Amino acid sequence: MEQRLQQLKEEVLTKIKETVNMKELQEVRVAYLGKKGPITDLLKGMGKLTAEERPKMGALVNEMRQQVTQVLEERMTKLEQLAVEQQLAEEAIDVTLPGRAIRVGNRHPLTRVIEEIEDLFIGMGYQVAEGPEVEQDYYNFEALNLPKDHPARDMQDTFYISEEILLRTQTSPVQARTMEQKDGETIRIICPGKVFRRDHDDATHSHQFMQIEGLVVGENIRMSDLKGTLDLFAKKMFGENREIRLRPSFFPFTEPSVEMDISCFRCGGDGCNVCKKTGWIEILGAGMVHPNVLEMSGYDPNKVSGFAFGMGVERVAMLKYGVDDIRHFYTNDMRFLSQFHETEA
Amino acid sequence: MLVSLNWLKDYVDISALTEAALAEKITRSGIEVDAVMDMSHGMKHIVIGYVKEMAKHPQADKLNICQVDVGAEELQQIICGAPNVAQGQHVIVALPGAVLPNGMKIKKAKLRGEVSNGMICSLQELGIEGKVVPKAYAEGIYVLPSTATVGENALRYLGYEDTILELDLTPNRSDALSMLGVAYEVSAILAQPLTLPNTTTVLSHEKATEQLQVQVEAKEANPMYVAKVIKNVQVKESPLWLQQRLMAAGVRPLNNVVDITNYVLMEYGQPLHAFDYERVQTGRITVRYANEGETLTTLDQQERVLLPTDLVITNGEVPIALAGVMGGANTEVTNATTTIIIESAYFAGAGVRRTSRRLGLRSDASARFEKGVDPNRVQQAADRAAQLLVELANGEVLAEDVVFDELNKEAKTIIVSPDFVNRHLGMKIPMEEMITILERLQFGVTAQNGKLLITVPTRRQDIKIQEDVVEEIARIYGYDEIPKTLPEGAVQIGKLTPYQAGRRIVRDVVEGAGLYQAITYSLTSEELAQQFAIATGEVTKLMMPMSEEHSTLRQSLIPHLLQSAAHNVARNVSTVGLYEIGSVFVGKQETNQPYEREHIGAVITGQWVDHAWQGEKKAVDFFVMKGIVEALLTKLGLANDVTFVKTVVDGLHPGRTAHIMLDGKVIGLIGGLHPTTEKTVGLKETYVMEMDLHILLESAMTKPALQYAAVPRFPGMSRDIALILNRETTAGEVKAVIESANVKLLKNIHVFDVYEGDKMPEGKKSVAFSLTYSDPAHTLTDEEVVAAHNKVLKALATIDGLEVR
Repeated sequence: MEQRLQQLKEEVLTKIKETVNMKELQEVRVAYLGKKGPITDLLKGMGKLTAEERPKMGALVNEMRQQVTQVLEERMTKLEQLAVEQQLAEEAIDVTLPGRAIRVGNRHPLTRVIEEIEDLFIGMGYQVAEGPEVEQDYYNFEALNLPKDHPARDMQDTFYISEEILLRTQTSPVQARTMEQKDGETIRIICPGKVFRRDHDDATHSHQFMQIEGLVVGENIRMSDLKGTLDLFAKKMFGENREIRLRPSFFPFTEPSVEMDISCFRCGGDGCNVCKKTGWIEILGAGMVHPNVLEMSGYDPNKVSGFAFGMGVERVAMLKYGVDDIRHFYTNDMRFLSQFHETEA
Repeated sequence: MLVSLNWLKDYVDISALTEAALAEKITRSGIEVDAVMDMSHGMKHIVIGYVKEMAKHPQADKLNICQVDVGAEELQQIICGAPNVAQGQHVIVALPGAVLPNGMKIKKAKLRGEVSNGMICSLQELGIEGKVVPKAYAEGIYVLPSTATVGENALRYLGYEDTILELDLTPNRSDALSMLGVAYEVSAILAQPLTLPNTTTVLSHEKATEQLQVQVEAKEANPMYVAKVIKNVQVKESPLWLQQRLMAAGVRPLNNVVDITNYVLMEYGQPLHAFDYERVQTGRITVRYANEGETLTTLDQQERVLLPTDLVITNGEVPIALAGVMGGANTEVTNATTTIIIESAYFAGAGVRRTSRRLGLRSDASARFEKGVDPNRVQQAADRAAQLLVELANGEVLAEDVVFDELNKEAKTIIVSPDFVNRHLGMKIPMEEMITILERLQFGVTAQNGKLLITVPTRRQDIKIQEDVVEEIARIYGYDEIPKTLPEGAVQIGKLTPYQAGRRIVRDVVEGAGLYQAITYSLTSEELAQQFAIATGEVTKLMMPMSEEHSTLRQSLIPHLLQSAAHNVARNVSTVGLYEIGSVFVGKQETNQPYEREHIGAVITGQWVDHAWQGEKKAVDFFVMKGIVEALLTKLGLANDVTFVKTVVDGLHPGRTAHIMLDGKVIGLIGGLHPTTEKTVGLKETYVMEMDLHILLESAMTKPALQYAAVPRFPGMSRDIALILNRETTAGEVKAVIESANVKLLKNIHVFDVYEGDKMPEGKKSVAFSLTYSDPAHTLTDEEVVAAHNKVLKALATIDGLEVR
């Protein structure tokens, strides 16, 4: 009997080792350790043994059961592990394949520039002011010190709707409207918007384009404040190393009037194609608000003063992103628009 | 304005600076120098030659073989094709080694078998613009005076060792539209003294006043008129230096009389005109407005029909010049002329501008009158012309100019306090420094009680108010000296308005949904202006459009968005998703401006889902666009307030178009393009939408402040129902009926299946809804759900043709 036991043990251990999955293992267990299995049979046959042999045999059987159970459990763990490994191997994927693309659009580069400038000035306490694209001659010209026969009206050829109504040629009428509305209060505004001029569309001209202007009116506003503000703007917009310089110029609505150049962000001032070898790039026009303009909008030029500045958004975008043809901004080619995804720090 | 530095040196010493440094200094002080041009273009080996012999080229009719003395031991053979080349001429010769401005390199060469050791040059070949080359030499080589020394540097002889500054003048600085004006400016910048030209001449015993009468009828338009009579004038070619200066200034030389008037125009900025005294015939000059229907043939041989708003110079009978714009052909100076009248007048700018614009006749003269000439130079310029006519045309100047003069020539005075200047600039410039600067500008300055009393010379018409003086001081002092400060005073909070902030959110949402922002033109054609418009009204048209394509303001964003989409598709970018936020222009306000409404529009076409390697592709459809609209409405908190109502819109698919309604008002539309429209614009299946952004954002902003609703603590129960409906019955109608049952426990209704096909009876479809019931206070019992659900079923029973499966 002892011999039979040994034989069974070897048999079951071999079978356990040979199992490759949980089902087989379960079958082996039921076959050997189950109620109808050979070990149970063996135990049933113990009645035929002597009283001395019985406990000895009982111990042997138990020992064998324990051994078999232990091996069985070990095998079970092993098989589970194998099963997981196999599942993982089967489920492995090529992680370099592209993901399920989610469509994402983005801002137009001109809006990008405008929002960047808006945010910069909002940070300095400015409000964003907007106005109509179809304007009255009064706000577009007369309130800005450009009476009907002023020779400077030559500078901007205008789309007229009627004698008195036109497509605004500049965002400055928003300044005139804001001043009129604010009725003597302190003003800090930034005005972005579309403007129109009688130009034939080509690489550098567009009959529709965008401007962004700023206006500050209050007590004791000085030209040095304009210079300091523009310097801050240039550094934030084009890099901390930018220097600015002011050159005298002329606009009917400011006196003195200046044009602002920034040191070239490409070559740092040494001279390159971007700055046409001068080291400087013209960015915007500015000046101290003309007393006639203040007066016409209900401000007393003896008590308050102000500065204003304005720039072409396309020009800034062209410089910033190296765009060489203004028509790109209005063609809406997806291959152009989709280049403006990245957010800048 | 083109400024020859050699000419400028007549008035002011500029030797301290290089040309480039001078240009930079002028730019930084107020007048932008656009270009610094070397008139010699760096050319070498350009010498004076003498055509000693000339013979026809045996092989070519149009070529001549010239034997040219260029100052070397031997004559040089040069082949010349110019029609005007002739034996005995002094000419400009480019020798081998010379490089001309057009890049041509001169080498020894053979032309049709004959050796050529250089080239005889035209002025154009030396880089002079054809339109300023004297007519006699415009089609051929330039011929030098016989006094020219053979072998010498021709460029030096021609005066081409010069630098030209091109000034870009702002409209206020018309004072710099003259060499003297520029000289005043440079003298102030460099703090160098100024030398003015000589204007004194010997006068004849005869008096002009006995030969000529001047009468001005239009005194406001012509407050000053000076006429000089000059006899015994010899009309001929001007000396080379004068021709050269005119060409450098961009003026074509003609003859000495006309050249002198142009020279003085360039020197003083005062336009002059010369009449042939004999051809005036009457010995009278009357300045008046033209009569209706009167005509004048101007110097350019064009007959001009005049209006009563045109100021004319007449001989007392007929017009002989358009005042300040152009002379008449009937009194033009010719080679036969011996006695001339020189006119120097002040014509008011507005009238000259009106006439020159109307006739499209802009001249050097009209440009200066329009901007206002210096009242004190009217007489000076006439005197200068007389002096030159004596010197260069052997003229005899009659005494006593014939003058009409009611012109105010007084200098303006402005009082400025140094404190005002410094406060305006944010600087601390000492008063003495301000006085020095103003004196350099040749302004009169006296200090009175700590203030400056400034007398502004009449040449500076642009200086009117104290701020103008601030600019003069600052620009000469240097803008680099202005410190950088920031505005003082109470700090305001900078913030976007709720509308502006809302607009940015809208951008974020639709961009997150896959659309790129487009910007299209506000101007469109009349035909497209109202296409697809949500609401139409009176259109706004330009008075003088540049093209029909951009003649009318748009009332919808969709037409241009479609064009943009088609542009992409035509370039093989077949999937397009664009949106635009922009104004449309509808109707008319009291101010005569149209109402401007900000709209959002979008277009999609192509494969919206394209997961290539998974094999999952899906073209755009109505519901992709509707999904984007719904996402936007959800973000704005309006999803439950908006309904989609099927409609028909021209150009859109009649079965796939809906109005977007808010509070019973149409606020937008969404739809597929009509197949015919798709064909016309060059697109395949395409969907568009447009909404009134104003209304959307206003509605979103007027919503009550956001309040949290309790998250359900008890589970809800769902009941699915499949309904068989008439094909025309919409899911929206069914949903509305369910909602109308007003079942409190019903928290959510959604469609989960739609079936139309073979297994349905004709004219029927199946739509399945999932209804969710819950109560925040407790878990619902079966009885409660059944009761609620029965209410829904009862309501549904009212729908015609409905059957619950």
